[in-house]
Amino acid sequence: MAAKQASVRLIDENGLRHDGRRPDEMRPVSMRVGVLSNADGSALFEIGKTKVLAAVYGPREPPQRHTTLPDRAVLRVRYHMAPFSTYDRKSPAPSRREIELSKVIREALEPVVIAELYPRTAIDVFVEVLQADGGTRTAGVTAASLALAHAGIPLRGLVAGIAIGKVDGVLVVDVDELEDSVGEADLPIAAAPDIGLLTLFQLNGVLSRSEIEEAIEMGLSAIKRLVEMEKETLRSSVTVLPGE
Amino acid sequence: MSTTPYRLPIVPMIKKQSYLSLYRKGARIDGRDLETPRNVRIEVGVIDKAEGSALVRLGNTQVIAGVKADVGSPYRDTPDQGVLTVHAEFVPLASPLFEPGPPDENAVELARVVDRSLREVGVIDLASLAIRPGERVWVIWVDLYILDHDGNLFDASMLATVAALLNARLPEYEELESGEILVDKEKPGEPLKVDHRVVTVTIAKIEDYLVVDPTLDEETIADARMVVAVDEAKRIVGAQKTGGSGFTREELLRAVDLAIKASEVYFKALNEATSKG
Amino acid sequence: MVPGDPLPEEVRGPEEYLVKTGKTVTPAVVGLLEPGSKPSFVPLTSIYIPSPGDIVIGLIESQGVMNWFVDINSPYQAILNIQDFLKRQYNPAIDDLSRFLQIGDYVVAKVQSFDRTRNPVLTVAEEGLGRIVEGKVVEVSPAKVPRVIGRKGSMVNSLKELTGCDFLVAVNGRIHVKCPNEDVEAIAILAIKMIEREAHTVGLTNRVKRFIEEERKLRGV
Repeated sequence: MAAKQASVRLIDENGLRHDGRRPDEMRPVSMRVGVLSNADGSALFEIGKTKVLAAVYGPREPPQRHTTLPDRAVLRVRYHMAPFSTYDRKSPAPSRREIELSKVIREALEPVVIAELYPRTAIDVFVEVLQADGGTRTAGVTAASLALAHAGIPLRGLVAGIAIGKVDGVLVVDVDELEDSVGEADLPIAAAPDIGLLTLFQLNGVLSRSEIEEAIEMGLSAIKRLVEMEKETLRSSVTVLPGE
Repeated sequence: MSTTPYRLPIVPMIKKQSYLSLYRKGARIDGRDLETPRNVRIEVGVIDKAEGSALVRLGNTQVIAGVKADVGSPYRDTPDQGVLTVHAEFVPLASPLFEPGPPDENAVELARVVDRSLREVGVIDLASLAIRPGERVWVIWVDLYILDHDGNLFDASMLATVAALLNARLPEYEELESGEILVDKEKPGEPLKVDHRVVTVTIAKIEDYLVVDPTLDEETIADARMVVAVDEAKRIVGAQKTGGSGFTREELLRAVDLAIKASEVYFKALNEATSKG
Repeated sequence: MVPGDPLPEEVRGPEEYLVKTGKTVTPAVVGLLEPGSKPSFVPLTSIYIPSPGDIVIGLIESQGVMNWFVDINSPYQAILNIQDFLKRQYNPAIDDLSRFLQIGDYVVAKVQSFDRTRNPVLTVAEEGLGRIVEGKVVEVSPAKVPRVIGRKGSMVNSLKELTGCDFLVAVNGRIHVKCPNEDVEAIAILAIKMIEREAHTVGLTNRVKRFIEEERKLRGV
């Protein structure tokens, strides 16, 4: 991130972004569940060119019994980027970024999973970024929420995420990679609107207190739309059996 | 793979209840109110062999930051800039919870949050660290060493980092005819150019209460924490929600406000400790 | 209905799949709301958690020193002790576990005990329990088991009449099918899969009846 290149104009004279979107516009979104036959639950989430696949296994007893809890299931989450997901090939070894994001995504999902129903087990969530064009961790949260619901893991509510940004002084919804790398701020947010909680919140950049408030509003509005889409996707998947 | 923590210290239910009943009255076990950080003591220049260093005591939490500077190659995509990298080690002697081994996800998260809080607002002017642009630049290593964990490693680490950077002096160097650069560590030269000061304020959410600068016990009973990075102009230059629960919109905005207010205490301590720097 | 959708306050359904916060009730999993004066929520997916007394069909996965480890289609692996199987004292000098049950065998068993601190223990020391030697075992989602059984057994009895096969529907989503011949067995299995797929539709019993009758005619069985 970091480099501020004044030569790249991210907002044009009509107030439109470099790809023609309005500041409050998300990229085209697509959601599918049941895309993998082995996993207990799976989902493919695409937003613009960002493509994220999530798979859920469990609840199941892990071989390492000492890593479980006596009164609830543990969530094990892995965020990983495929080597071909970025312009420069990314080494398959876990990077510090992937370690941090695995934690951040797990903590975004913990509040909705009713883990107390399955003591001494693990619920495994694998998030694979197949193609990265900004907003991968929030896309990961959205894909994971779909996969968990598809797997029949009891949830308090669905979660979705979106990255808000600030480019050329304007707050925008759903930053892509270009806007993220050249913009003044990047604010990934995830929330479970049905339980009224923000479960992921990070700021990378500089914002004033009032900009933060506005960004949260924009984020929650986009997240509500994404959660509605998740619900639609799950409803229309009813004739698709898990694993088919 | 990130796993729900399965080895946590046990805080007895009775203790949690007594914390909550004190919060109801606006008080805490150590006598503070909910919005005030613990006593901060900052000492700079504690490690002579480092180019810069600082020891921070925040209540019982102790963190040392060491700054080392070396000459190296720039990153390919920023050839005219120096390199700044932050690492954190949760040293096993600091807590029965820390195991020897490579940094775990908490240490990685801490280092990255501190790094972002420095980088986004430009605490260090990286362009000023280029010796021969494109070829040779200063590489600044910040290493955080947690010595004693009684909660809120983020705030203590951020203070230690900025204090150490303010304390740091780049070594004298000589450019030889061959182009090689010889660094003389025994001769401290120019102070490192620090353009902004940043602190982080951590707020823990414990049921309906928001408490500033949680102790280890408070962190353990907390639902989640917000780490908010603030600069001297009271801009928010970084934030990280950490922990397995969530914040309502109102709680989050209140946490930001609490952070802006409490940052004054940290800045005062930081400025006093580094006034000669 | 999906997680987050509002359900009527008085709705009934499996406790673990209803999220109650104050006065609002939401489903924890994807399912159907059967409306009416006594609304009820029917989950479409279900994770089988054993209860003492359940009759299950287990798959022998591996062997311990004095027991077998059994997959009962649950997050929790079950244990079947050799002692229970033998009904007499186990003598390691003479008795070889694999003589009685092999890895890959199916057993009909009863859940003897299960609590949140130990794995479920099975017993086969009762009439009708033990190793499955003939027929086939079909797996369905545990959530669909009630539909396969039907109200007061109406669906499974209908299947028995129409196919002449014997059915043992275990609560953990496994069904043992024993038929007079392989052709009718194939039809029975297809019928079960049809019930699983269309569990939430109306008129299913009649459609299943028509399906079986047509298939029997087609194949001449």
